[in-house]
Amino acid sequence: MNQEPPPRPLDCELDEASVSEALSNTWRAKPGLWGAIGNVDHKVIARRYIVTAFVFLILGGFLALAMRLQLSGPELRYIGPDRYNQIFTMHGSNMMFLFAVPVMEAMAVYLVPLMVGTRNIAFPRLNAYSYWVFVTGGILLWLSFMLDAAPDVGWFAYVPLSGPEFSAGKRTDIWAQMITFTELSALAIAVEIVVTVFTQRAPGMSLDRIPLLVWAMLVMAFLVIIAMPAIMFASSTLIMDRLVGTHFYNPAEGGDVLLWQHVFWFFGHPEVYIIFLPAVGMVSTILPTFAQRPVFGYLPLVMALIATGILSFGLWVHHMFVVGLPRLGESFFTASSMAIAVPAGIQIFCWLATLWAGRPIFKVPLLFIIGFIITFVIGGLTGVMVASVPFDTQVHDTYFVVAHFHYVLVGGAVFPLLAAVYYWFPKITGRMMSETLGAYAFWLIFIGFHLTFFPMHILGLQGMPRRVYTYQPELPWADLNLFVSFSALVLTAGFLTFFIDVIRSWRYGPIAGENPWNASTLEWATASPPPPFNFPFIPVVDDRNPLWARSGPEMLVSAGLRTDRRELLVTSVVEALPVARESSAPHSVWPFWAAIATSIMLIWSMFSPWAVVWGAIPIAISLIGWFWPKGAPEEAA
Amino acid sequence: MLPLALCSCTGIQSVLDAQGQSAVLLSNLIFLIVFICAIVWLCVMAMLFLALFRRDRTANQNPTAERAMGRVVACAVCATVAIIAGLTVFSFYTTRGLNSLEDEEVTIRVRAQQWWWQFIYHDRDRRRMFQTANEIHVPVGKTVRVFLEGVDVIHSFWVPSLAGKQDAIPGRENVLTFRANRAGIYRGQCAEFCGLQHSHMAFLVIAEPEDNYLQWEDQQRGNSMEPREMEARSGKEIFMNKQCSACHTIRGTLAAGTTGPDLTHVGSRLTIGAGLLERTPGSLAAWIADPQTLKPGNNMPLVPLTAQELRQVAGYLEGLK
Repeated sequence: MNQEPPPRPLDCELDEASVSEALSNTWRAKPGLWGAIGNVDHKVIARRYIVTAFVFLILGGFLALAMRLQLSGPELRYIGPDRYNQIFTMHGSNMMFLFAVPVMEAMAVYLVPLMVGTRNIAFPRLNAYSYWVFVTGGILLWLSFMLDAAPDVGWFAYVPLSGPEFSAGKRTDIWAQMITFTELSALAIAVEIVVTVFTQRAPGMSLDRIPLLVWAMLVMAFLVIIAMPAIMFASSTLIMDRLVGTHFYNPAEGGDVLLWQHVFWFFGHPEVYIIFLPAVGMVSTILPTFAQRPVFGYLPLVMALIATGILSFGLWVHHMFVVGLPRLGESFFTASSMAIAVPAGIQIFCWLATLWAGRPIFKVPLLFIIGFIITFVIGGLTGVMVASVPFDTQVHDTYFVVAHFHYVLVGGAVFPLLAAVYYWFPKITGRMMSETLGAYAFWLIFIGFHLTFFPMHILGLQGMPRRVYTYQPELPWADLNLFVSFSALVLTAGFLTFFIDVIRSWRYGPIAGENPWNASTLEWATASPPPPFNFPFIPVVDDRNPLWARSGPEMLVSAGLRTDRRELLVTSVVEALPVARESSAPHSVWPFWAAIATSIMLIWSMFSPWAVVWGAIPIAISLIGWFWPKGAPEEAA
Repeated sequence: MLPLALCSCTGIQSVLDAQGQSAVLLSNLIFLIVFICAIVWLCVMAMLFLALFRRDRTANQNPTAERAMGRVVACAVCATVAIIAGLTVFSFYTTRGLNSLEDEEVTIRVRAQQWWWQFIYHDRDRRRMFQTANEIHVPVGKTVRVFLEGVDVIHSFWVPSLAGKQDAIPGRENVLTFRANRAGIYRGQCAEFCGLQHSHMAFLVIAEPEDNYLQWEDQQRGNSMEPREMEARSGKEIFMNKQCSACHTIRGTLAAGTTGPDLTHVGSRLTIGAGLLERTPGSLAAWIADPQTLKPGNNMPLVPLTAQELRQVAGYLEGLK
């Protein structure tokens, strides 16, 4: 068969029950431990990813509480400087590399294939590999912390402090290798998302019908692909300086310490948007559901996502406003940093318009989104403040900046993420979360957050620098710090309520059904939780909000895929016209072994450069197993 | 000498308590931007709550209403652009104002290192140059130019009441100018994470009338005072014979180490240990007795001394006015 049949309402060659049965035989996971390890279902891997990332969130939260304990009074001695430096380094690295980026990518891994109407993510084995690499990187970092050998040079690891002369031992090497682990897993997912979005969309889902979350994830994936090589260069050269005596960052030998900052922030600033863009995608998707109308300004919203992505590469220097820049450079980066407020503004106004014209339903996801708008606008405005060079010379590296980026990252990304958890939990588990507990969680988190972080603006203006393990009693910061520390407990109580709700609802929540929120996107057109093959028939899309456009429960679907092997429908990039059938890789334990081999090589390479040579052999073996050709050849498209 | 009590009044290290020419410009900028942003936030919040709670939801999805909303959104975006552009221009003008300080009267080379500040006062005549640690005096109303240099890792020179911060970077030289408008003691602190004792890397800027300043300068240029009392004389002997002199310089004696702070006039300084403790005979003795407990990880080793020796050395240092 060379051509897909043109889409028609319901293909009737097989009845739906037998199609489902055949598909579940083909797509279901193998039983047992090895079956679980070899599973390549995007939903299973994403679930693992999300749960693991939330575990890292909890661990990172404990680190934050430890810091608040130490800072609750002047010159306290609960935690010494060495441990404190490890703690704040761990908190930053953990939250950025092990929680925020992975959790956003995991949401993409779960949702993108469902939202574009396909049966699995592109390169499913790479997806499994990515998870195992990520977990090993996380374990490496936390193991080093338990052994009192965690990195202590900050999540930015500025040289020369992180260089061979001032950071003896393996601490910084562990940091740099943890970066390698997470960038490897992030790059893998980014490639999968780009390919999934460009080639596997349901027939008819042309570029202007892609759900906004998918657009956001696509832009995020491109940011990862462009930004991660910079940090890969940075961490590799740092390790080479430390391990084999190169001088990239040694000014005495012609190196340059500012080179590190440029390369790090060329990655580090887009990193913020790698976290933030998926979050705004979530808002743009969830908010219309609770306004019960299509989002206002689809095109401006897509343009804003893309503009943010492009601009995010032009403002890294605003992290370096006090290193002594030429005036022209300062002006350029002030202007570009200010300019990014414009796409952010466009999105805010479009959301307000959607709410204005809709009929808001005040369920927990909408509460978190309202909390997001209130909080994120503050974070955005303080962002405008620190974009001004003269303003920044007074607040750079103070608690003002700590307040600013927590408003942006927690207010701007974690609030939407929590909204997303409440929103998609029924899809992922088949059960609803509690509205009551959810409302408690929201108010505790919202109030606790503002009480904790707003006073930090004032502390910063009062001159309190960041990354201090204590402060002297004669400085006027003690009262506010104590207040902040107590407020952190309110925030903790909020997160505790949230986790209780998650665990309780996972087991006892009321059954959700296919589409409990009356939402408009494709993931709600299948069972909750979705079967391993996602959709019995690939849906056909003829509207931006396919589930609202249909008149009854029936949907246009396409047919013609084989049920006896894992076949996907490949469509064209722009119009999403069917062009081919392609089989998706079946389960395999080789990605697991490849990840183990990679981890051994990376960890060993902290101790000897020869690891790169000898460690490559097991990796090669596992890759041969991974790609060993088997089964029937592909049919011609 | 101004009383140390001044040191502990509120606002000694605060952006909001601007006492220098640059800091005043900066705090004006800060207040203006914060004010504008607060108004913007309030407007957005008003719109949000109207959108959420407005009663009339009848004329919802008709094209006229959509177009009207489109116009409102477009206006809001234009307003955003205008505000952003205005703030950018205002920010440029402030930067210009900051760099308008000319003809500096005092030039100081700052060599920031883990975890203290070395200050070298420049003079055309090299013999008239002198250095201090963790404390500088400046004349009120005169422009001071500091050249910043990181000896080991990156540090950042920040006296919020006088001026914005500037990094001290190994292999580079940065310049910062500031001018104190009023006499007073202004605290500064390292603002770039620099390792274990980043928290205890403070210094004081003492702005005083020009006459007092010149007097201080003269006194600092001189060699150290010979101790008169018996106790201090024994203290000096111990200082010279133990490890102390290997790291510290006391001009006019054999002690010529360069690893630690110059102690020639340590008795005239307000604090010790980079702003860690008020300088008293007791705190000097405590510091020498156990520097690693007071400031864990700092580079001063514990030199075992008897109680009597400790008193004598502390007495000697206290007398180095």
